[in-house]
Amino acid sequence: MKKLMLLITILCLLAPGAIAQDMEHEPWTCPDGYEGQTLSIFNWSTYIAEDTVPNFEEACGVTVNYDIYESNEAMLARIRQGNPGYDIIVPSGGAVQRMAEEMLLIPLDLEMIPNIANVIPDLLGPAYDPENKYSLPYQWGTVGVGYSTEVFPDGIHSWDQVWEHDGPVAWLDDRQTMLGIAHLFLGNDPNTTDPDEINAARDYLIEKGGNVVTVAADDGQVLLERGDVDIAVEYNGDILQISWDCECDDYAYAIPEEGSNVWIDNLSIPVDAPNPELAMVFIDYILDAKVGADLTNYIWYASPNQASIDSGYIDEEILNDPAIFPPPEQVANLFAIIDVGAEAEALINNAWDELLIFLGQ
Amino acid sequence: MSVSSELLINEGSMRRNRAVRRFGQIGLWLNPVFAYFFLWAPIVILVLFSFNDSRSVASFTGFTLKWYNNILNNVMGAERAFSTEIMLNAFRNSLFVGTVATAIATALGAMIALALARGNFPGKKLIDGLLFLPVVIPEITQAISLAIFFKVAFDWIATISGERIFPGFHTIIMAHVTFNISFVAIVVRARLADMDPQLEEAANDLGANPWRTFWRITFPLVLPGVVSGALLAFTLSLDDFVITFFTSGVGTSTLPVFVYGLLKLTVTPEVNAISTIMMVLSTLLIGISLVLQARSASRV
Repeated sequence: MKKLMLLITILCLLAPGAIAQDMEHEPWTCPDGYEGQTLSIFNWSTYIAEDTVPNFEEACGVTVNYDIYESNEAMLARIRQGNPGYDIIVPSGGAVQRMAEEMLLIPLDLEMIPNIANVIPDLLGPAYDPENKYSLPYQWGTVGVGYSTEVFPDGIHSWDQVWEHDGPVAWLDDRQTMLGIAHLFLGNDPNTTDPDEINAARDYLIEKGGNVVTVAADDGQVLLERGDVDIAVEYNGDILQISWDCECDDYAYAIPEEGSNVWIDNLSIPVDAPNPELAMVFIDYILDAKVGADLTNYIWYASPNQASIDSGYIDEEILNDPAIFPPPEQVANLFAIIDVGAEAEALINNAWDELLIFLGQ
Repeated sequence: MSVSSELLINEGSMRRNRAVRRFGQIGLWLNPVFAYFFLWAPIVILVLFSFNDSRSVASFTGFTLKWYNNILNNVMGAERAFSTEIMLNAFRNSLFVGTVATAIATALGAMIALALARGNFPGKKLIDGLLFLPVVIPEITQAISLAIFFKVAFDWIATISGERIFPGFHTIIMAHVTFNISFVAIVVRARLADMDPQLEEAANDLGANPWRTFWRITFPLVLPGVVSGALLAFTLSLDDFVITFFTSGVGTSTLPVFVYGLLKLTVTPEVNAISTIMMVLSTLLIGISLVLQARSASRV
């Protein structure tokens, strides 16, 4: 009897493993009828795993053209002057909203994308595209502070440490993010369009920016690596990149507890795409648990794919890194940036220009 | 008073002259040093970092050939990495666009130069002036006007024939030919201006028809100009970013457009390696053309 109990206990312990074995993920299969077609992708540089495209080509029997761009503006410029033939683009949140307003995106047929069920529910229906009419998340991440662990052995927990640091600091030349952080401190909506609140945020940053040596256009990580600054406000991926390059613990990334910006890059289909059906098949492919996990394992950004996270395909090291997957209590404090409209944008641009002048940039 | 003070003044001005001359000598010596330093130092650094063991461009950690190896492996098809593959694709696109655009622009440019130098036709002055336009107008203006032109033309074709044309190699090549014609024509015209017209007249007097005169006399004499023009065109075509960016289509990114696209992230040493290869290639090309020109010059 005892032996039987033991046996049952062991079986029970083994069971989840056995079930997991049985539920071995079925590889994504391509719907029929696309053989010989062509898909053209326009994506950020170094933003896809080595085998993502070749595997898709093989699964569907199609050819993929793949071009890269370096900013939303560059991509927008190409699409605005008439889509040269791309089927898939990867705009970030604000760009989705702007492109949707300018009728530059084709609505998605969500029925063709069953893997939408894999997306983290919190990331569905974002402020810039409330019904996911035009976009589904590709990868996401945060803006935070990269810092030298030598200067900050105990880490950075608060923006106040950044403001009060007695040493060189680099901010990110992302006006809505930086002003948004100031809005958090002042108790305002990070996407506010109120002129007084925008000016208050500007004044707040001018007051706190005494130690700023440069407002970097997305190369703060290089300044940090060279030792020109002790703190760089940057995208999480960029800071991880230098830690990864130097294979050392000299740099760390943190999201200050007051909150920061969360960005989401999205898969969308631009207007006049030659092959929107295949584009939707591709979006479904990207949202597959295994494919999504492979992406994250390669590019080290957070996956919006709950199935990838649950399946265990994502490397433990990445999944447990708070710089990539912030803990839930931090996620609650993150704000997404939306397109505030031309009027508020002008106000923000003016405020930012004045700020740069005051900081001697 | 007068003698001694005059002497003093003379001596003073002589000393000043000597100082100026000395300063000038040092300056003259420093000038090429700085010129070559600023010209070559960045290139040397680029080449150096193509051998860097680390992916970063912040510090040199050790010597390696792995970036060249990666490229070679991809070319040979032994190991196809997707990221290297798209870079090589851009490299091939660059060479293809450069070659075709140069061939067309050289032929057209040389013909225009000849027509302007030898011919006489209404509107010659106007064409002569317009020839300089692509050289003087800002590149971005030309890029945007070409982009708009192609869009309008393709929309028009689409409404008439129902056939949608996408930009691609044809648009990039047309755009490159557009700006290259001027450069070729200007170089060839300079050569034609140096040429003694009596040589052609003599050929005519001796009974050669214009066609024969062209191939036996004019063409061999302007050939060095045509070759320099072609090389200039090829280099400009390989270098061009702005116009290519606005006129390229899907899958036709050239190397400069590709490298620009990398700006968001760190530029990998593979890009340094491919740039080094490209530089060696163009240096070789220029060397060959110089040798050819020296030979043809010594024969005349």
